[in-house]
Amino acid sequence: MAASDAPNGDVLIRNAFGSVLAFLILLLIGVLAFSIRLFSVIKYESVIHEFDPYFNYRVTQFLTKNGIYDFWNWFDDRTWYPLGRVIGGTVYPGLTLTAGTLYWFLHSLNIPLSVETVCVFTAPIFSAFASWATYLLTKEIKGVGAGLTAAALLAMVPSYISRSVAGSYDNEAVAIFALIFTFYLYIKTLNTGSLFYATLNSLSYFYMVCSWGGYTFIINLIPMHVLLCIVTGRYSSRLYIAYAPLVILGTLLAALVPVVGFNAVMTSEHFASFLVFIIIHVVALVYYIKGILSPKMFKVALALVVSIGLAVCCAMVAVIIALVASSPTKGWSGRSLSLLDPTYASKYIPIIASVSEHQPPTWPSYFMDINVLAFLIPAGIIACFSPLSDASLFAVLYIVLSVYFSGVMVRLMLVLAPAACILSGIALSQAFDVFTRSIKFQLPSLSDHSHIDARDASSENVVLDDTIKTDKNEDTPKERMTKRSKKKEKEPVEKPPTKFQIKKRLSVLPFEASIIAVILLVLLVAFYVVHCVWAAAEAYSAPSIVLTSHSNDGLHVFDDFREAYAWLSHNTDVDDKVASWWDYGYQTTAMANRTVIVDNNTWNNTHIATVGTAMSSPEKAAWEIFHSLDVKYVLVVFGGLVGYPSDDINKFLWMVRIGGGVFPHIKEPDYLRDGQYRIDSMATPTMLNCLMYKLSYYRFVETDGKAFDRVRRTEIGKKYFKLTHFEEVFTTHHWMVRIYKLKPPKNRIRGKNKKSKSKTSSTTTSKRKGTRRNPF
Amino acid sequence: MLRFALTLLLFTLAFGVLSSSPVFSDLILAKVDRRIDLTSQIVRITTSLKVENAGSNPISEILLSFPENQAKHLAYLTATLNEGKGKGKASSGAGLPTEVVIPKDVPDSLTFYSLSLPKGLGKGESLLLDVLAVFTHALEPFPEKISQADIQLLLFQDTAHFLSPYKVMVQSLAVKLPEARVESYTKLEGTKLSGSELKYGPFHNIPPFSYLPIIIHFENNQPFAVAEELVREIEISHWGNVQVTEHYNLFHGGAKSKGEFSRLPCFCDYEFLCRYFVRARPYVRGASAFRRLVARLPPRAHSVYYRDEIGNISTSSLWGDSKKTELEIEPRYPLFGGWRTAFTIGYGLPLRDFLFESDGKRFLNFSFGSPINELVIDTLIVKVVLPEGSKDISASVPFPVKQWQETKFSHLDLVGRPVVVLEKNNVVPEHNEHFQVYYKFNSLSMLREPLMLIFGFFFLFVACIVYMHADLSISKSSASYLAKVQWEEVQATVQQIHNIISHCLTAHDKLEASLRDLSRTGDVQACKATRKSVDSLLKGVSKDLKPLVTFLQSSPQAAHILPKVEELIAKERDLQERLMAKHTTVVDCYEKKLGGREIENRIASNQQKITSLRQEVDDLMDFIDEI
Repeated sequence: MAASDAPNGDVLIRNAFGSVLAFLILLLIGVLAFSIRLFSVIKYESVIHEFDPYFNYRVTQFLTKNGIYDFWNWFDDRTWYPLGRVIGGTVYPGLTLTAGTLYWFLHSLNIPLSVETVCVFTAPIFSAFASWATYLLTKEIKGVGAGLTAAALLAMVPSYISRSVAGSYDNEAVAIFALIFTFYLYIKTLNTGSLFYATLNSLSYFYMVCSWGGYTFIINLIPMHVLLCIVTGRYSSRLYIAYAPLVILGTLLAALVPVVGFNAVMTSEHFASFLVFIIIHVVALVYYIKGILSPKMFKVALALVVSIGLAVCCAMVAVIIALVASSPTKGWSGRSLSLLDPTYASKYIPIIASVSEHQPPTWPSYFMDINVLAFLIPAGIIACFSPLSDASLFAVLYIVLSVYFSGVMVRLMLVLAPAACILSGIALSQAFDVFTRSIKFQLPSLSDHSHIDARDASSENVVLDDTIKTDKNEDTPKERMTKRSKKKEKEPVEKPPTKFQIKKRLSVLPFEASIIAVILLVLLVAFYVVHCVWAAAEAYSAPSIVLTSHSNDGLHVFDDFREAYAWLSHNTDVDDKVASWWDYGYQTTAMANRTVIVDNNTWNNTHIATVGTAMSSPEKAAWEIFHSLDVKYVLVVFGGLVGYPSDDINKFLWMVRIGGGVFPHIKEPDYLRDGQYRIDSMATPTMLNCLMYKLSYYRFVETDGKAFDRVRRTEIGKKYFKLTHFEEVFTTHHWMVRIYKLKPPKNRIRGKNKKSKSKTSSTTTSKRKGTRRNPF
Repeated sequence: MLRFALTLLLFTLAFGVLSSSPVFSDLILAKVDRRIDLTSQIVRITTSLKVENAGSNPISEILLSFPENQAKHLAYLTATLNEGKGKGKASSGAGLPTEVVIPKDVPDSLTFYSLSLPKGLGKGESLLLDVLAVFTHALEPFPEKISQADIQLLLFQDTAHFLSPYKVMVQSLAVKLPEARVESYTKLEGTKLSGSELKYGPFHNIPPFSYLPIIIHFENNQPFAVAEELVREIEISHWGNVQVTEHYNLFHGGAKSKGEFSRLPCFCDYEFLCRYFVRARPYVRGASAFRRLVARLPPRAHSVYYRDEIGNISTSSLWGDSKKTELEIEPRYPLFGGWRTAFTIGYGLPLRDFLFESDGKRFLNFSFGSPINELVIDTLIVKVVLPEGSKDISASVPFPVKQWQETKFSHLDLVGRPVVVLEKNNVVPEHNEHFQVYYKFNSLSMLREPLMLIFGFFFLFVACIVYMHADLSISKSSASYLAKVQWEEVQATVQQIHNIISHCLTAHDKLEASLRDLSRTGDVQACKATRKSVDSLLKGVSKDLKPLVTFLQSSPQAAHILPKVEELIAKERDLQERLMAKHTTVVDCYEKKLGGREIENRIASNQQKITSLRQEVDDLMDFIDEI
């Protein structure tokens, strides 16, 4: 007993030491995940980024100010004028409620952080959580080592950083955590068969539904996995426990979220889960019957059940098809449809296609976003296949599906990132495991057994693949134990008699080879780290409302957007309506607190098309459209003076397309000369007379005398013109935002008189301008 | 203009009435020099008076009068006795106390301020007084709205004669204008305009309440920065920092801008200049617009920030030396007439520069007004946030202010921090005097929050430890709980068995190893010794196994594992015996010096069995381990 006690105690201490070490590493990973996302705060400032986060920020402000009941009932009259928007019912509330809870928690401790600060740092905090969740998930799949590696990889994967830098206060920030955590709980349930975890799983799924529309990915991936398990004969009661409560509880909970509501049972995205729900019950029944019947009887019963089951299935399928066929979009939302058919959006929904993050990604973007993980994924898949468990099957399915989805939409690269990290984590940890073990194994007896190594070298190729065979699922103490006992022997047996020893024997690599391999792996990981830090610091830290450029005389800051919004918020009436292209809607409502006509929510195509039409119409028609919408100010973004490429002129064709989709008198070819979009002297007259052109280039020629557009790299086509229905009220420092006011309608009685007057005056001014043009 | 006429009428009336009434007092103003400074948006009227007592009674108070339209703009009034003779003209320290009085028999449209003299003015005595009156919003833009290209013109109206209840012997008036360009001005006798200075007078023997209106219409392109509301929050931390946060709500109080806006630079003749400005900071047209403000912060100010509600404003610069810190800020956009903006400035200051101790009380000595130059503040609210636990709070301000107390909750406060709030309307730079807030504070209270944190974390960890070690099952007798406990025991037992068996296997390996040694070295004795030791070890092991197996047999939970375990033990024993047999055989053969082939033949059958048994045992071990 004494003999067995000593190693036991030793193991215990080792075990405790190992878990403390793992805990410390996890803590550090959390710190890393948080701090790598702070580049934007350090390089720029603690500010909300981009477009959608501003909306979320505004909603959070409302929530913290007015409480949760007002939030659910909030009808926002500041957007989509004159329609308004029911915020409580159309927004995924997860992120807002999370930040709101954080805010309340801090304030109950009397820590006076502003809503903005809480919002800015929500994403980094949750990415730390996400990396911990990755650890848990990967631990369930392949053990602690793989878990830690995967967590470290996820903490700094650029694809995820791009959506979760400090300030990027968007749904994805918390949703990725919820996604991974839901998967973890699913696998945990699958491994333990515990109803407790199954219930937690549905709650976590509920949180995911609250947070992001991407929850449909979960509710399709898990059924697929269940189906795959059933097909490959892996059905067990644990699978049933993992799946059935999730569907029932999860669907009920999902229906509680206002934005989902009855969609949880009525749209096609959710049908897969119900279908699999039926299938798993049929299978469970079959297994049950198999258990109570004799084999002969079972065959009879099987025939019976299969025929009945088929009939029921046919009926169900018929009902489903009927339901689906009755709805116009076949029950699928536009974004989901474009997932199935990547060309769908560009064909039918220009609004979805006009968003850059809905475009398919290019190859470099894979390298940019997941870097070396892309090369490690295949190794991870192989590792998952040996041995194949329910959990590792899930990992494989997850990566395969997410690779497909990321290939359709850049935005879904985000879903790929955790899968890539998990599989690369598995691959890396297995590889390290093998190499370090073979180094450790040979280190004390290096000189004695070179001949054995030489013999091993012949089987090296097998080894590389078989390395993965060592089952990481085994408890580490046991493995250490066996390692210890092996060391006690001091002498490897010549004829390995057992399977276990075969494994051990095969995993021994030549000493030099493994050292070199370890060094190479470390280099690879180092390259990944360098790339991630670079991406976090340079590529993804810009808040996009503040631009900077490095010139000879140092850093130059372009803060024009906020300049314009600040001007609007302080120098216009609270109830004035501002029209702009929808990109700037959220920012205008959040930063300037003015009513906008359209915003980034894009739920009403007609309304956006109206604004698009106004922008592409000549001045008078545009004035009438805007006037009918009660618009007082028009805001355009113009990059021609400083060379800011994503300005309204570059987005203009989308306005024409979207406008033309609803109002057929706007025709895209009218704006193109020989299929080319140009604004120089070769441009079409429709183009040169449209409102967007005029508002962008009004008095632009007076800046440098030539009217050279630095974005389009050309001189503009029409340089001298006057605005008759609009009046410039503000232009920012770098001319990036220009705000015009609609002139009040003319008095009807004196209209004629005035018109003639203004005509004469305009002719005189144009004459004057003409004379002024001459010297140039 | 109609209003002017009305006031004018009123004053003539009043004058008419009063001239017939007896003289207000026996005082005579022997000499009055008025200087009106119109160079900025703040109108400063400096009057030096030579007061003589012509009556017989000693007089202890002097009345100053202002017409109503001026009185409502009066922001600051101070009078100092000028005792020094010669050029130095050192005024005698603090100003004289002033208060609003309403004497009898005077027109309602005048507001009187009474100056109390420190000692009565005897008969025939005279004294020199310097009176500084500061007015805000006294300049009216005319025209009220200008376009971007226009210059800003202002109207100023006052009386040429010194409006006073006393008779004035000699009076002169000088008006200092910002620029030489004057649109128009009231021309009186002896009016001179030289450069940017306009001179009226001297006038002689002016009767009391004499009002001679003058109107000056002049150009002024100075920035008219008016803070509608300024909230200054001064937070004291006894850890060594005074944090000042100033929330400005600013507008341009000059002529409102109208018509089209343009970013285009001025139509300047110097093209190179234009180029330069386009690159650096383009010069926007609009002479009266202001782009920058300069704030003079106290020395050693640190952590300065300048932001508004939507984030940092990047256009600011900071210089500092040992005497002052100068912060130049630019609002997000140039402010044209009537435009508004709001922003926040914050900075930290070292505590030792501002906090002092006297008579067991601490007091904060801080300047009242805004650090920004030439700023008019309509409403100034100063909040002094004292540390939690301060007592006996009192504030002393050199001029009348509204005062009350609030409580603010911040960083982990339990009872909140006391806040002294001071509110004053119509504040001008002259109000930048120091005020004091006295309070008592026990230094030990400083440690309250750190200790709270320490204990909070301590209890958190204790709670964790308790949670990890305590059994929190609701019912200790429920079936599932008992089953769980039993199952754990079974698991532990199985684990023990597993360990023992793996020991046995190690021992087996040892045997095998000894055999290999034997084949190499032929040392039979060593081999035998090994066998003996292993044998005894294995015997001990089988003894250990017995209670464990009986436990498993008794436990209902182990029912499904038991057969496997028993099988394992049986197989292991079998293996053990066969190994022993093999070992004995081999050793015997060696002793008999039989050939290698012979040995192999003898043990061949045994060896096969051993291999297969070992295989089975390993499989079983794996199986059991998975439990």
